[in-house]
Amino acid sequence: MPENFERVPIRLTVNGKVHSLTIEPRTLLVELLRENLDLTGTHVGCDTSYCGACTVLLNGRSVKSCTVLAVQADGGEVLTVEGLEKDGQLHPIQRAFGDAYGLQCGYCTPGLLISAYQLLSKNSNPDDKAIRKAIAGNTCRCTGYQNIFKAIKAAAASGGTQVHGD
Amino acid sequence: MLSQLGSEAKLLAGGQSLVPLMKLRFANPEHLVDLNFVPAGSYVREQGESLRFGALTCHADIEHSEIAAKIPILHDCAAGIADVQIRNRGTIGGSVAEADPSGDWGAVLLTLPGQVHCLGPGGERSVPIAEFMLDAYTTALQPSELISEISVQPPPPASGGCYLAFKRTAPVYASASAAVQLTMEGDIVRDAAIVLGAVGLLPIKATEAEAALKGKGISPQTMEAAAEAARAAADPQPDMRGSADYKRALVAALTKQAIEIAARRAGGEHVEVSHLYA
Repeated sequence: MPENFERVPIRLTVNGKVHSLTIEPRTLLVELLRENLDLTGTHVGCDTSYCGACTVLLNGRSVKSCTVLAVQADGGEVLTVEGLEKDGQLHPIQRAFGDAYGLQCGYCTPGLLISAYQLLSKNSNPDDKAIRKAIAGNTCRCTGYQNIFKAIKAAAASGGTQVHGD
Repeated sequence: MLSQLGSEAKLLAGGQSLVPLMKLRFANPEHLVDLNFVPAGSYVREQGESLRFGALTCHADIEHSEIAAKIPILHDCAAGIADVQIRNRGTIGGSVAEADPSGDWGAVLLTLPGQVHCLGPGGERSVPIAEFMLDAYTTALQPSELISEISVQPPPPASGGCYLAFKRTAPVYASASAAVQLTMEGDIVRDAAIVLGAVGLLPIKATEAEAALKGKGISPQTMEAAAEAARAAADPQPDMRGSADYKRALVAALTKQAIEIAARRAGGEHVEVSHLYA
């Protein structure tokens, strides 16, 4: 295996901002976000595509960004947890997580927020089963999930599911 | 391109198995060919009698496809693989090409059965799924070929199927699974296909279990006989997912439950099921 890879150009939109950069082809999307773009809100938990701490939206769909090569996102649109707040105001889902104590250490929270955002932007009134299914790919080792579940229910009930800019 | 790169090239579809394998250095391909920029590789469509899936169709698109939902066993499988994020990336073609012993699609496609369409420099050929999967992680795909499409024939009227997999948590592979497809004639089972997943190097067609149902009615006795035959047909390896005995017991229970649901569906009942996990 060659030690030095030829760098490749990549262009993608992250939280509405276009970025053009050259990267090693082996770069993972989460590495690009954290190291190249300094968007450290997206966390690396297990690095084995289990825990979901690295969940972001790629072209409108939630993905585990530790299991997507950055070059696969070329030309794509990414939404990270940093893209949820607007004008210094937390997104209603973020506020609901705070209000319902849907976090303790906070490590898994960025991924859970994106999974919750994905769910509520497709289904504004999810039943209990739909909520459980939507966050099945996000592991939290602190809360026991009950407060996360309550937070998502509260966010849905408050109608605070509008995507920014809608 | 694949002919030039030779057998050291790996094809990247959704990357939900290959990327983790590369991170662990279990896979170290010289060349990685990303298929995702190939246009029109993702679709679910009916063509004549058959139902066709583009190789790059992700599990989530099959989960939400109204066409695929006409064959419930396909929906059972697609909707339960791993979690939302992985279903958004992982593809049916990638899953079939990987032939992981714990993969879900192999068992399901064997019950219908499915055809794997392979495209190479010499043109396209169609391989029955039973002949496509040769061994664990080994398929009939040539180094210069790729999977273009998976197709299945819809089962005849009065048929019902069910795929039940048990896994320890959402994102992981199944500990064991059972795929059952029945065709009824009144109260009698005219045809049965039963395939066990994750309890052998390849999905296992449990012919004795099928024989225990064919020509008979669905009763606690015949279901029990089929479940026992499934237990005997399983050839599981003990691992972190459980002992061999545990997996045999699990696959027997899943088979029984899948038969019961398949029979209800054959009778026109709508039953929603998916992978079982804690």
